[in-house]
Amino acid sequence: MPFNLLVLSCLAYVVFLFAVAWWAERRAARGRLGWLQSPLIYTLSLSIYCTAWTFYGAVGYAARSGLEFLTIYLGPTIVFVGWWWMLRKLVRIGRRQGVTSIADLLSSRFGKSNLLGVIVTVIAVVAATPYIALQLQSVTLSFSVFASPTDEGLAPPGTEATAIWVATGLAIFTILFGTRNLDAKEQHHGIVTAIAVEAVVKLVALIAVGVFVVWGLADGPFDMKARIDASSIADWNLQPGRWAGLMFASGAAVICLPRMFQVMVVENADERHLSTASWAFPLYLFAMSLFIVPIAVMGLERLPAGSNADMFVLTLPLAEGQGTLAMLAFLGGFSSATSMVIVESIALATMVSNHIVMPVWLRLRPAKGMSGDVRRLVLLARRISIAVVLGLGYAYYRKSGGSATLAAIGLIAFAGVAQFLPAMVFGLFWRGATRVGAVMGLSIGFVIWAYTLFLPSFGPDAVIPAQVFAEGPWGLDWLRPRALFGVGAMDPLIHALFWSMTLNTAAFLIGSLFTFPGPVERMQGAAFVHVFDTAAANPRGWQRGVAEPEDLLVMSQRIMGDEDALAFFEAEAKDQGKAGYLPDPSPLFMARLERRLAGSVGAATAHAMMSQLAGRATVTVEDLMAVASESAQIMEYSARLESQQAELTRTARALREANDKLTQLSVQKDAFLSQISHELRTPMTSIRAFSEILTEGDLPAPMVAHYGRIIHDEARRLTRLLDDLLDLSVLENGTVQLNLGLTNLSQMIDRALASASHTKPERSFTIHRDLPMENIFLRTDADRLVQVFINLISNARKYCDSPTPELRISVRQKGGRVTVDFVDNGSGIPQDSQALIFEKFARLTDQTRAGGAGLGLAICREVMANLGGTITYLPGQGGAAFRVAVPLRLEQQVA
Amino acid sequence: MTPRVLLIEDEPNITEAIRFILSRDGCEVVTLADGLGAVQAVRKDVPDLLILDLMLPGVSGLDILVQLCADPETALLPVLMLTAKGQGRDREAAERAGANHFMTKPFSNDDMRAAVRALTGR
Repeated sequence: MPFNLLVLSCLAYVVFLFAVAWWAERRAARGRLGWLQSPLIYTLSLSIYCTAWTFYGAVGYAARSGLEFLTIYLGPTIVFVGWWWMLRKLVRIGRRQGVTSIADLLSSRFGKSNLLGVIVTVIAVVAATPYIALQLQSVTLSFSVFASPTDEGLAPPGTEATAIWVATGLAIFTILFGTRNLDAKEQHHGIVTAIAVEAVVKLVALIAVGVFVVWGLADGPFDMKARIDASSIADWNLQPGRWAGLMFASGAAVICLPRMFQVMVVENADERHLSTASWAFPLYLFAMSLFIVPIAVMGLERLPAGSNADMFVLTLPLAEGQGTLAMLAFLGGFSSATSMVIVESIALATMVSNHIVMPVWLRLRPAKGMSGDVRRLVLLARRISIAVVLGLGYAYYRKSGGSATLAAIGLIAFAGVAQFLPAMVFGLFWRGATRVGAVMGLSIGFVIWAYTLFLPSFGPDAVIPAQVFAEGPWGLDWLRPRALFGVGAMDPLIHALFWSMTLNTAAFLIGSLFTFPGPVERMQGAAFVHVFDTAAANPRGWQRGVAEPEDLLVMSQRIMGDEDALAFFEAEAKDQGKAGYLPDPSPLFMARLERRLAGSVGAATAHAMMSQLAGRATVTVEDLMAVASESAQIMEYSARLESQQAELTRTARALREANDKLTQLSVQKDAFLSQISHELRTPMTSIRAFSEILTEGDLPAPMVAHYGRIIHDEARRLTRLLDDLLDLSVLENGTVQLNLGLTNLSQMIDRALASASHTKPERSFTIHRDLPMENIFLRTDADRLVQVFINLISNARKYCDSPTPELRISVRQKGGRVTVDFVDNGSGIPQDSQALIFEKFARLTDQTRAGGAGLGLAICREVMANLGGTITYLPGQGGAAFRVAVPLRLEQQVA
Repeated sequence: MTPRVLLIEDEPNITEAIRFILSRDGCEVVTLADGLGAVQAVRKDVPDLLILDLMLPGVSGLDILVQLCADPETALLPVLMLTAKGQGRDREAAERAGANHFMTKPFSNDDMRAAVRALTGR
């Protein structure tokens, strides 16, 4: 056939498709879709699974590898027949969430993650590239096969030129078809209808060739069977590993391929169509595969050896002089290729514009994000994306040399898109799946697929050096692309599939288990996993006795907290006239409880939880517990916040108190320093004045002696003051070293009396003692205790204002403590001063007579504290009365 | 005429020293050991100079000073304040209260003599 005629018929065919699409879109616009929305159209549109690969390549595959080509049909069949409930879930989610692509689905599931959308888009574009190249290659091949034998008019261009023309034509066609306008739901009725027409064309074409082969070239089915048995195809042997792998890959691909997702989920108008498709689509696949083997056998038989088996569908009728049939076969193949390219590039363009172009644009120009420009921008982005996707396909075709068999190229794409499967399946059924897991799984799967399958497909030295194939990168043997981890005996495809899927799934699971989903992720997870559950609307109101009160209580405790729940239940039970805390589950009580719970967890959750316990299960127990423990976590968190708040208040108060105390201490310190200054300056004044008087000379000897004695006394007073200050400082710091030992109390009092007798020796004092009682051995620091006694006795001698002064010393022992009382017969200390006497410089009377600085009792108090005892003033004893209390046995230093 | 000096001081040794110094310089020195009867003593027989210790048992020297300054009979009486605390704010308080001169203990005998001479107009 002349090349220009061929091009003309292709154009005519395309115009026809365009007319169909336009017509369908017109009807859709008028809202009269009618039978265009039938399950049949939906099923036929799913046939874009059958591309030029299945149309041309399957025969070649069968001619080379026997029945293995069937795996490509068996995988989807198993999915549609056996797993249609999963597809239904996918479709339901797609419709409910308004999903526009597989990238959108995964991004939406994992917390509307843009990163994930980008990753999925990139993987999809890369994986689709060989697949689109495959279509270009098959169309180019078919052109060259068809046009060359009877070349009369225009000389056919070379294959490379053909390929670029095919790519350009397809790009223009797709842009015209797919991006004429922007639809919110990304549904394209026109395209779906056109694809359905193409599905019929390719099926009719293939069956027509098959019928011609079986009944035209052979003598019916029996003769055909005999020929098959005689051919080499009958010698094929089954490789279980490869079969399982290929079936898995094709089964995964039928869900994960962007174009399949587009027609199956995005373009789905009615969920029930899926149940028709679940049997009708496998039937279509069966019809498509029915005549593959006969055509392959006849091609091997009739055509010269070395002919390209991928082109048997075309070359067989041509060789037999059946021009019209060949034309039909050509159009069938052309249909397969165009429908695939159109839908695939539309799906990819949607992903690129929604997940890469738009986010970037919105980030760059956030102010104009919502203006009318966006529609034009999106359309432009999609048009360019379509051109780029086809350009990449063409580049791959050129780079890979166009020499590989169709099936081999297709399987690379299958393995690539299969990487979406773990994230998708787990995302659909497991709430614990997380974004991090999805990102990890997809990235690792993609990298391994690219390294072991995609990049090697360009051939040795094209991207990966041949040396790496042989020895691994950097000489690492276990990293050879075709023998990862030393597993080299596998078929390259199965090897790549095995490692990428295994590590992908493992990374996904590890990532999910070790991270906690964010709030949006959890919400989306629940919306995806329980997409079927939430639909069931319950009538409100409760019936008697449907729930166990214990269960209700346990649940309420989790949500409201133990105390509140018990209080609420107890009050309700009391209302019903029941003792205890378990009221009857009356409708009134149930309604009140639900209202109460709704206050904590929201109305919907509360109702769902109550429904669960009341036997109207709409959500799983696991979910309830998850919700409840979330609520418990929140309560725990707020309780923690409250306690932190209380602690902060406490700390602030403590700080304030400490500050007050410091301020007070600072004031006290100033007062103390001022006191010390006074106490030091006073004796110094006398010393200086008299020493100047003495140096002036000219004094009688008795006055010199008198003034000299005054200077001496004042100097001693200064020394004593300094000693007292140092002593007090040591005692107050707790750095005093106690010299513990057993000493008789009586001896200590003797010593104190002897020492104190130097104070006012001129006064005669009567001392009353109780010597038998004093005969106690104390374990203490005797010197320190004697110091206290001396102080008290001296004070009595100084201040007792009785004309016949007396001092009574009485000792008492009680338990482990000994008290020694010193009571004189003076007028005592005025009541309002009693609280002050132990403070520093609390001198009450004219000190000059006593010669003290007012530190004595302060020192006594500190000494007693160091000895683990006390010193107190005893009011109402007639005169001044002090009580010293010490432990009988001081074991260790009390700071 | 011999100037009469009233000394109110609670430290007997300091009292003795000042009495010796001023007597030798030609003053008649009368002493009081506390502030309780000070105001009455001054009013009964107004001296030519009052030497007043700031820290006294019973009544503070400042209180005595304030009372004397408030009374027109004694407001013009020259007052020499003595203090052993030696803090700036004591000096300010004393001068605000109406003290004519302020001396910190310990003092030099020459300073004491000079101050008393100046205040008694000699």
